[in-house]
Amino acid sequence: MSWLTDPLGYDFVLRALAEVVVMGATCGAIGAYVIVRRLAFIGDAISHAVFPGIVLAYLAGLSIFGGALVAGLITALGIALVARGGRIREDTAIGIFFAAAFALGIVLISTRHTFQGDLTGFLIGNLQGVSAGDITVSAAVGLAIVVVLAAVHKELVLVSFDRTLASALGYPVFALDALLLVILTVTIVVSIQAVGIILVLAMLVTPAATARLLVDRFVPMLALGSLIGAVVGVAGYYISFHLGTASGGTIVLLATAVFILAFVASPTHGLLGHRLRRHPQHAGVSPAVDPPTGHEHGS
Amino acid sequence: MSGVSERRAGLALRGVSAGYGAGVVLQEVDLEIPPGTLVGVIGPNGSGKSTLLKAILGLAPVMTGTVLLDGGPVSEQRDRVAYVPQREAVDWSFPVSAEQVVMMGRYPRVGWLRSPGASDRRAVREALERVALADLGAAQIGALSGGQQQRVFLARALVQEASVLLLDEPMTGVDQTTEQLIVSLLQELRDGGTTILHATHDLESAAEVSDQLCFVNRRVVAYGPPAETFTPTILHATFGGELLIVQAGDHSHVHGGGHHGPVDQ
Repeated sequence: MSWLTDPLGYDFVLRALAEVVVMGATCGAIGAYVIVRRLAFIGDAISHAVFPGIVLAYLAGLSIFGGALVAGLITALGIALVARGGRIREDTAIGIFFAAAFALGIVLISTRHTFQGDLTGFLIGNLQGVSAGDITVSAAVGLAIVVVLAAVHKELVLVSFDRTLASALGYPVFALDALLLVILTVTIVVSIQAVGIILVLAMLVTPAATARLLVDRFVPMLALGSLIGAVVGVAGYYISFHLGTASGGTIVLLATAVFILAFVASPTHGLLGHRLRRHPQHAGVSPAVDPPTGHEHGS
Repeated sequence: MSGVSERRAGLALRGVSAGYGAGVVLQEVDLEIPPGTLVGVIGPNGSGKSTLLKAILGLAPVMTGTVLLDGGPVSEQRDRVAYVPQREAVDWSFPVSAEQVVMMGRYPRVGWLRSPGASDRRAVREALERVALADLGAAQIGALSGGQQQRVFLARALVQEASVLLLDEPMTGVDQTTEQLIVSLLQELRDGGTTILHATHDLESAAEVSDQLCFVNRRVVAYGPPAETFTPTILHATFGGELLIVQAGDHSHVHGGGHHGPVDQ
């Protein structure tokens, strides 16, 4: 058991674990929306667009968190506004904003040479450098997100599932979309410390996608995604601690392994489950000829 | 027109033109539909059937004209209009159960920051019973058959207890049982005073079940009881060469465009 308890003797380990739990739980929960709303690409765009905000804040000596947040929000709302008119498709708008913002970050960085070390931290995360203040901010943000999600839960699900009905009933569809993007942006910004710009997308998508393979309801999917995110965060950090590997990358690889396990072995949606349900009368026995089947899966 | 006649009950479209972007899909529609009328909306693909329904819902941009419900703008009483979407418009993989979908019809009554109460749950249960899905409320919507899925959305419209019900191709891709169930439910609602418009490709069944037929092709070509409007002249004026008459024995089947055509505008 010492491999489990020994690391806890270090303060930096305790801080990293606290940060990774908050990050994994928040990302896993928002991930439910990322998946049902197909926001993975927009999430990737926001995480990259945060980059110039970080660089500018750093150069100006301002709060890095604030700089990231402002850049992320400008991007998220810019994409929503450009795509809203319908003349430019959303994925095109995302491609334009995302690359432009990242390019701006790179150009800004190239003006300074002393920034390289910190740069790596933002790109791949830096759990060792988490301060008590970072944890407070992350936990407060995570709590605020939970409160907002709970408060407008049914409206967010309605607009996600059936925009037509939501607009027909007079709900403020654009405002609800914008709220979701703001929550997504805030989640990304607080997660960058733990896993970095490049890998935050995996934490938004993978635990929630794993949960979707295991449950067929939205709230259980959100809760289970949150739990998976927190657990793979802690377990991945332990593995990286003992193996001396990069923590962000290790956490993401562990999340991916868990996803693959669910993809193959989920009782309801896994590949094995599929085979059993297709041949219920002789489960485990391969028929000589695969009977044609009209079975299609919804997800 | 005096204020008194403006207050007439039912649904009224006055000079409604609607469309998307620069294109006008539907021009100068004038309709007066009293409460308790079942209207079949028929026309070729892209003729503006769906746009007509969406204009009433306030979803297609109405460029000119007004839509009135019981004398007041429909935009101020949106929760009185229920809508059953085209099947293609639904994400069937969404992690939501049949009864959760039905409950969405109650959300305007429930209100912001509140959870559905006992009366909402009762309404959902009763609606599921009316569409013969009482046992399948807990099923994920993608696991249901096409006919059952359509009935879930009909149940959602029922719990809205709306005055106007709009259905976009409700009979497309459903089984015989569902079709009969939908028709008898629509007639029951009509008898209870609901104004119903259903867009359809099946001209003969529309003529059979509807009180009024509305022939649409970029404008309203004709509106009236099937006995007066279901004529070769009006059918030809609406469909032109697109009309397909299949002679099978002593039956002739009339089809206005394919069931699996592109999503209508």
